[in-house]
Amino acid sequence: MYRYDDFDRQLVLERTEQFREQVKRRLAGDITEEQFRPLRLMNGVYLQLHAYMLRVAVPYGTLRADQLRQLGMIARVYDKGYGHFTTRQNIQYNWPKLDEIPDALLDLAKVEMHAIQTSGNCIRNTTTDQYAGAAADEIEDPRPYCELIRQWSTFHPEFTYLPRKFKIAVTGSPNDRAAVKVHDIGLRMHQNEAGETGFEVLVGGGLGRTPFVGKTIRDFIGKNDLFSYLEAILRVYNRFGRRDNKYKARIKILVHEEGIDKIRELVEEEWSQIKDGSLRVDDAEIAHYIEQFAPPAFEALSDDDADFERHKAENRRFANWVRSNVIEHKQPGYAIANVSLKPIGGIPGDATDTQMELVADLSEKYSFGDVRVTHEQNLVLPHVKKADLFAVWSELDKADLGTANLGYVTDIISCPGLDYCALATARSIPLSQRISERFGDLDRQHDIGELKIKISGCINACGHHHVGHIGILGLDKRGKEFYQITLGGDASQDASIGKIAGAGFSEAEVVDAIESLVTKYIDIRDGGERFIDTYRRVGMDPFKEVLYGDR
Amino acid sequence: MAIVKNDSLIEQEWITVDAEGDLPSSDENIIVPLARFKEERDSLLGRNGGLGVELNPGDTPEDLAGDIDRLSIITVNFPAYTDGRGYSYGRVLRERMGFTGELRAVGDVLRDQILLMHRCGFDAYDLQVDGEVALDKVRAALKEMTVYYQPTGDGRATAQSLRERRRAALEQKAS
Ligand code: HEM
Ligand code: SF4
Repeated sequence: MYRYDDFDRQLVLERTEQFREQVKRRLAGDITEEQFRPLRLMNGVYLQLHAYMLRVAVPYGTLRADQLRQLGMIARVYDKGYGHFTTRQNIQYNWPKLDEIPDALLDLAKVEMHAIQTSGNCIRNTTTDQYAGAAADEIEDPRPYCELIRQWSTFHPEFTYLPRKFKIAVTGSPNDRAAVKVHDIGLRMHQNEAGETGFEVLVGGGLGRTPFVGKTIRDFIGKNDLFSYLEAILRVYNRFGRRDNKYKARIKILVHEEGIDKIRELVEEEWSQIKDGSLRVDDAEIAHYIEQFAPPAFEALSDDDADFERHKAENRRFANWVRSNVIEHKQPGYAIANVSLKPIGGIPGDATDTQMELVADLSEKYSFGDVRVTHEQNLVLPHVKKADLFAVWSELDKADLGTANLGYVTDIISCPGLDYCALATARSIPLSQRISERFGDLDRQHDIGELKIKISGCINACGHHHVGHIGILGLDKRGKEFYQITLGGDASQDASIGKIAGAGFSEAEVVDAIESLVTKYIDIRDGGERFIDTYRRVGMDPFKEVLYGDR
Repeated sequence: MAIVKNDSLIEQEWITVDAEGDLPSSDENIIVPLARFKEERDSLLGRNGGLGVELNPGDTPEDLAGDIDRLSIITVNFPAYTDGRGYSYGRVLRERMGFTGELRAVGDVLRDQILLMHRCGFDAYDLQVDGEVALDKVRAALKEMTVYYQPTGDGRATAQSLRERRRAALEQKAS
């Protein structure tokens, strides 16, 4: 894993000091809340409904054990004993006190962490596949490129006051687990005809009030040229992106209004002038970063482990967990273990201090000290020996972290909604809890199979509802919450934006509505079809009928 | 209301004129908006006094390509600090078009943006505060951070170049 050197460390410490001074100025009344706002936002400090919120960056979703342990400590010391993992692979603390935030940031800096790039109209924290470096299906580990993007984009002097925030996501696998098609820039690693590895570049994807799937601006950009190409896109966006209306300021609107061909022309023209400049990264430097993410010291193992098979046969709960939460690893004898933060009836993405510490301990003991955060709000132990899976699961299970539901109907993405968020029009957490309880039975979940429900508490779509197989958007109608259902969204390589099924449902009706959709799917599915496959085959009408009948 | 350049306060020696209307006498140093420069280019270049151009968000600095050496100063207006187009203009003017005159940030120029502006090629800042206060702000802002990841035209060594230098030194020692 990448370790900070003295330059990286110095930068974070300087930033921490800078913010401490700014907070001091605010607390002394030297600057108003108004003047303080942009300063705190650039350090991940938001004002929510009830308190300040601190958003901490987890660059490309990769954590070391000592970092996760520190996140647990911070939850205990500076918050109410828990934190919330988000769809941006970050963690948010909901109850820090302003005067203590500089100390929290200093404690983060001690483990090479910070809140940089978590807010403001800058290039945000880059996200990627949570299974990077472990997945059997990946072409190459994307993290060396993510780290290079992190450095290039950190305090980029030209791109700190963009028209709007800017999100980049990278996948190193043809199976996209990073939702790259709904980001401002999506990078998909692949090989060109000459057999070189590089990236397809997509731009203009996004969610929010005007969702779009990204469009290909370039089929292939070589690794050496990636950074100058990104700079060219950002410069075109910075110069030509709309600034007259904050809802039309994302690059997706520029791409939509000007057309991808026009944007491509501008970007290629810009790129032709900088491509041979100082942003060209040579092979030696790339190799240096690849080395930093070298695979850990795997043992040469047989892929079959007798004890593992025996435990599966003897313990049904363990077998269930393996079936849903354990994923194939590229190294024989190892597996990827997903830690669900979606206990039945729980708050999606929340983890307590002791849970974080436990996962940190387990990662040290069983996964080379490596932990990942997923955009679906779960954690991952990426490199566990099959022989150790039972021990890992047993520990997780005791801490309510062993829920066997990855990808199932109860593995719900939910934004904080009206319980915390000042922009919310409805609650989303309590609804996700009720849906989770309704479908809590594991056999039923297995039977339903993969079904992604995603809930947002307002049109900003932090909960990715547009790309949920079933998406739920909480709205407000004359002081009453109601929920709009979308169907057919997908965040994967086959990305699509869900379609609104029809009129919204009251809070009392919505869980029944979801259940009727699921029942209909089970009635009409062909063998092996997931919900999304059935929807794509039959379309909206049969589902609309069960929701609304003749209504 | 003070202009800071090269670690000192400088006098305002330029008159910024509007898009239309009479010009001051031919001996005065004037700064004209880009649109006016394009329209009245020949007569403006024929004046005796110094000539500068003001860029506003949405302008195309490339329009100055043929005349860049004739301009002593270019001001870039930041009507609100959140409008970051001027940063790109700065880099294009310096790094691509080779502008060597004074590049001055005007408008909503605040302490917390000065380092970024400097990195993008600006060398003068027109601040809305008085003399010494302005100078102190610029000085403090320019030394707040000392690590830079991005290569820009400002001549600062990037973290990457320092790493390479160190690696090379280590290798030399080893051999
Ligand atoms: C204080 C709490 C939050 C505020 C004020 C906030 C604000 C916003 C706004 C205004 C947008 C719309 C941006 C646009 O369309 O231009 C947005 C989008 C988004 N936010 Fe949040 N958000 C908050 C919490 C979260 C959380 C907790 C997550 C992760 C679970 C998150 C992840 C996202 C994502 C993934 C998008 C949509 C993707 C995009 O188009 O950028 N946000 N947020
Ligand atoms: S979707 Fe809306 S309610 Fe949910 S976190 Fe984002 S801004 Fe808040």
